[in-house]
Amino acid sequence: MNSSTQIAPLLEASDLTVRFGKITALDGLNLVAPPGEVVAILGPNGAGKTTFVRTIATLIEPSSGTLQVRGNDVVRNPLAVRRDIGLAGQYAAVEPTMTGRENLVMTARLFGHPKKAANRAASIVIEQLSLEEVADRRASTYSGGQRRRLDLGASLVGAPRLLLLDEPTTGLDPAGRSEVWDAVRTLVSAGTDVVLTTHYLDEANELADHVVVIDHGKAIASGTLGDLKASVGRDVIEIALADSSRLEAVGQILRDVTSNQATLDHSGRRASASTTDHTSQLTATIHRLDEAGIAVDEIGLRRPTLDEVFLALTGDRADTPTTVGASQNGSAR
Amino acid sequence: MTQTITAPLSVPGTGRASLEVTRRALRKYFRTPGLIAMGIVQSVMFLFSFRFVFGGAVTTGASSYVYYLVPGYVATIVLFTGGGIAVAVAEDGVQGFTDRLLSLPIPRRALVLGRTVADSSTNAWSICATAAFGFAFGFRLEGSVAQGLAALGLCLLYGVVFTVVFIVIGLVASNSQAAQGMSMVAFVFAFISSTYVPVSTMPGWLQPFAKYQPITPMVDAVRSVLVGSTNDLALALVWSALLIVIFAPIAVLRYRHA
Repeated sequence: MNSSTQIAPLLEASDLTVRFGKITALDGLNLVAPPGEVVAILGPNGAGKTTFVRTIATLIEPSSGTLQVRGNDVVRNPLAVRRDIGLAGQYAAVEPTMTGRENLVMTARLFGHPKKAANRAASIVIEQLSLEEVADRRASTYSGGQRRRLDLGASLVGAPRLLLLDEPTTGLDPAGRSEVWDAVRTLVSAGTDVVLTTHYLDEANELADHVVVIDHGKAIASGTLGDLKASVGRDVIEIALADSSRLEAVGQILRDVTSNQATLDHSGRRASASTTDHTSQLTATIHRLDEAGIAVDEIGLRRPTLDEVFLALTGDRADTPTTVGASQNGSAR
Repeated sequence: MTQTITAPLSVPGTGRASLEVTRRALRKYFRTPGLIAMGIVQSVMFLFSFRFVFGGAVTTGASSYVYYLVPGYVATIVLFTGGGIAVAVAEDGVQGFTDRLLSLPIPRRALVLGRTVADSSTNAWSICATAAFGFAFGFRLEGSVAQGLAALGLCLLYGVVFTVVFIVIGLVASNSQAAQGMSMVAFVFAFISSTYVPVSTMPGWLQPFAKYQPITPMVDAVRSVLVGSTNDLALALVWSALLIVIFAPIAVLRYRHA
């Protein structure tokens, strides 16, 4: 019961509830995430992502329900969970007055490495994350991306089986983001399981195999990226125009044909709408465009983007407590 | 050749974990320019003011005010500088450093123990430096050197006690400003005690608080030990033990639920 078996899921949450006073941050979250995958926890701000990660990391105790991390219960056996995980936070929690190497050695020692092994682990991580040049400088002199990589490194020196990344690239510039992404990909290829939270859809797209969408403290969708796109169900008719002045007219045609809302992108001269009956609606659209004499650069059907899936799943969050049902009226905006 | 890190065979014990926490806190302290100097400058400035500015107006009995002031001042200096401990602890919470430590497989008590050792050592430095300035401003030992050292030892013990209290303040505060503000409460205990003036000179309604709160017997015990007496010593030690026994578990529990 307390030993982790080979086939234990990476995460298994059952009715997981976390309350802070009157605020319910996690509201009966249910989730099973398979091992061997990068899991992205996606959700709008305030959805409960960070609370969930902190609960996995045993920093918060559930108010009710259970959570098992690689088969270990976070309440009954927190030490076993802590041995398995490496946490890299939303804030880069490194000591700025210490060098990168000193930070890594300290963390390695706190994971339980003897002195020599700690030094060795630090050197390996420095190489792995390409921090050689700055390793012996104080972390206060690091760029944002370097700091975040050092934070990531600190979570790695204990050879964790599960890496928890809470918004690993929030606040980084594009160069910093791709630095962190590369680092995460390297780790994943070396076999580390990763759970990351993000509100960047492209980040989930780049890194994750398995996506869990959280809203209002509940998991409202879970599956592979493909599953998720398929669950929202509708392909999208997308039209690129030669001349943006006709965009409104195209939008109207799309609305008429699909009876869904149309999304207009003026700068990209594009209009799109989701469709239920691909071929006939596509044909109808082409016909109407032709009638109206609108010159089209490109027209086609495509799978919905993760952005569209996300908005469909979390849409109307202001008035209805979101459930999967809310996605049924899911137009792209 | 890609090298891999093998997972550690065991989790660190309290000793090793505390040592790492201590080392990091001391590194931060010594590598933050101004922290060391600021503490000393502040404490010397106050000592100077009490000794030469207010001191002339205070009558404490037969001997010069400096003989009354310095033991009390040195014994309670951590009540003034300890705000820095609370701020550092609160900052660790806000910046995510505490989370990092709590996510590691280390005993919770190591966080409190490590911090206490680190901050008690920096306190020891400011206690000794303040005592040295006490001598520079005219204080002299009335008893033996051994008695002087015993009194200093008592002050160092108080430094540990107050450190634990300020760690709790830092953990209870939600940010560094709050920690700074809450640390001001310590001033109340320092001022309304026998530290600077005899309790008998205070208005009658204030005297019970001044007399029975822990700082007064703690300060009076230092004055006693300096002249070879044991007056108030037992009470001072009981208070010290009591404060640690109350506040250290609170600190461990607060870390657990931080």
